[in-house]
Amino acid sequence: MFNSELMKRLSDCFGPSGREKMIRELIMDEIKDFADEITIDPLGNLIARKKGKGKKILFSAHMDQIGLMVTHVDEKGFLRFANVGGLNAKELQGLRMVFADGHEGVICCEELKENEKLTTSKLFLDVASCDKEFIKENFRLGDMCVFKSDYYETDDCVICKAADDRVGCYILIEALKNHPSTDNDVYYVFSVQEEVGCRGAKTAGYSIDPDLAVAVDVTATGDSPDGIKMDVKLGGGAAIKLKDNSLITHPHVKDLLTDLAEKNKIRYQYEILEFGGTDAGPIHTSREGVPSGVISIPTRNLHTSGEIFNKNDVEECIKLLIATAGE
Amino acid sequence: MFLKELTELAGVSGCEYEVRNYIKDILTRMGCDYYVDKLGNIIAHNKGRKQKTIMVAAHMDEVGLIVSGIDSDGFIKFEAVGGIDPRVLNSKAVFVGEKKIPGIIGSKAIHLMTSDEKGKALPLGKMYIDIGTSSKAETEKLVSIGDYVSFNSKYVEFGDNLIKAKALDDRIGCSIILDLLSMKLDADFYGVFTVMEEVGLRGAETAAYRLEPDLGLVLEGTVCADMPEVDEEDKSTLIGKGAALSLMDNTTVYDIDLVRSIAKIAEDNNINYQYRRSSAGGNDAGAIHKTKSGAKTAAISVPCRYIHSPVCVASKKDIHSVLELTKSVIIENQKGEDHV
Repeated sequence: MFNSELMKRLSDCFGPSGREKMIRELIMDEIKDFADEITIDPLGNLIARKKGKGKKILFSAHMDQIGLMVTHVDEKGFLRFANVGGLNAKELQGLRMVFADGHEGVICCEELKENEKLTTSKLFLDVASCDKEFIKENFRLGDMCVFKSDYYETDDCVICKAADDRVGCYILIEALKNHPSTDNDVYYVFSVQEEVGCRGAKTAGYSIDPDLAVAVDVTATGDSPDGIKMDVKLGGGAAIKLKDNSLITHPHVKDLLTDLAEKNKIRYQYEILEFGGTDAGPIHTSREGVPSGVISIPTRNLHTSGEIFNKNDVEECIKLLIATAGE
Repeated sequence: MFLKELTELAGVSGCEYEVRNYIKDILTRMGCDYYVDKLGNIIAHNKGRKQKTIMVAAHMDEVGLIVSGIDSDGFIKFEAVGGIDPRVLNSKAVFVGEKKIPGIIGSKAIHLMTSDEKGKALPLGKMYIDIGTSSKAETEKLVSIGDYVSFNSKYVEFGDNLIKAKALDDRIGCSIILDLLSMKLDADFYGVFTVMEEVGLRGAETAAYRLEPDLGLVLEGTVCADMPEVDEEDKSTLIGKGAALSLMDNTTVYDIDLVRSIAKIAEDNNINYQYRRSSAGGNDAGAIHKTKSGAKTAAISVPCRYIHSPVCVASKKDIHSVLELTKSVIIENQKGEDHV
């Protein structure tokens, strides 16, 4: 049964890269009764362990989401910002944004000259106040904001912000709650700063030093009108990644995930992504190397305020992750 | 202040030995323990009261050029080492190689340019270094392919507490660390002089791997854009307005609690500070914070106008602010109070 209430809370929680405190606390609260041991490392990764004497397995989903950071507040109260993670200036105009403390703003654009290119430096955030004191007190350089957008679902699909990668966090949480009886020593990592270069996964991979790693993250699809050429589609099941810019899946891990899916009658599809990367990138080159793979959730409209994924795909991903934990 | 001597030494990335030898000399005279690691980083230790391992880093290297060819008339072709803006190269005086052969970066005179060429920055490939020789054989007696080239630019003080020099990025940080080490504070820290920052934070990574710091403090010369024609919101840092604290750049999203705690220390001690408004660029913090299990890292910088050119400009007041702030941060953190 898809837990819409949990997914909604995960999606709505504030947590751009480097500001993961609130989402970390939410997840911590959700998993604390299910883990044998929980640690937070110096960069802020949340690491939940199910102890065992056997093979060390690392699962990773990132807590952070893309957003904006305030870089300047002018005397009239207009805010300038820099991207946190991969955002396109063209898609930002007109969007509503929300800060950690609930203050909001709308992204506006300066009047462009003819043929002038739209860049982030032409955009500003109007936080709807003429009160200089209010602005001075509530908006500081370094504050971050994220998309404001409501969670919505149909019988089979969800529209929400930050599905990248809160749906991955959801899958890890559900797998942890249904952790199989096994000798394996399993680490569920909710990582920080993936969107700015998989930085949290690098240090977590180093500290845990696993024998096997599987990242759980969203991937693009090729099923929308005139979309990119790609075989992955919504409703096609868990996507087993074969390659992206950060990883060529270890052949044993590809075989392992495929065999587990076949054996447990889990619907799956293979994924080759011609751009992007995941936490598995830095983890698989950590220390002396870690055989690694990725279980991906097919997701449309990546890095927008309305990402769309399929709930059945998510269920298949959870089953595959639980099977991997017990292998 | 060791800045005059430090900036007049050559130390293009990968060839930092002049700077390293100078710093080693000073450290020996101070009686400071240090060692040099395999990549050439200097790691100096100030022993004192200790709650955590603090790594204070500045890079010894500077951007410059490397000789890539010698033509039949003895002119030298070159490539950039680090982020060099071709616009600043033309008509500059340089030193080539260990023997410091004086040379001039030249190009075709304006009289001979086509209308297409006029008003455009020359690409590196259209410029050459003239060392006053007239044949390949003559040049080859003085210069070899692979020789490093650094700007020839004297340290000059001018205006209201301003200095002009080459390589303020990051001899300014090196000078501040030497000042910190000379104070013999009763607060433990490692002063690390790194190599090869300008080509990808390479020295800092190996130094941090060895030290495993709990706290990293990177001291930098950073981009200052307070000149005409820059919109207020794009002025990355302002000269004379104090130590610049980084919030985010291409290599690091700085731990916000750490950054705000440093701002608080500045306020409590009446030290001028500003936030760095730009999110472009990067520094050794990018390597340090991701090493091994990770370390909280901050960057405290001196604003430098015309950075990466032979005529960088910085304020002695800002240098003083960075020195005082870094000192206070080290002392506060070794007190054992919870500031991080």
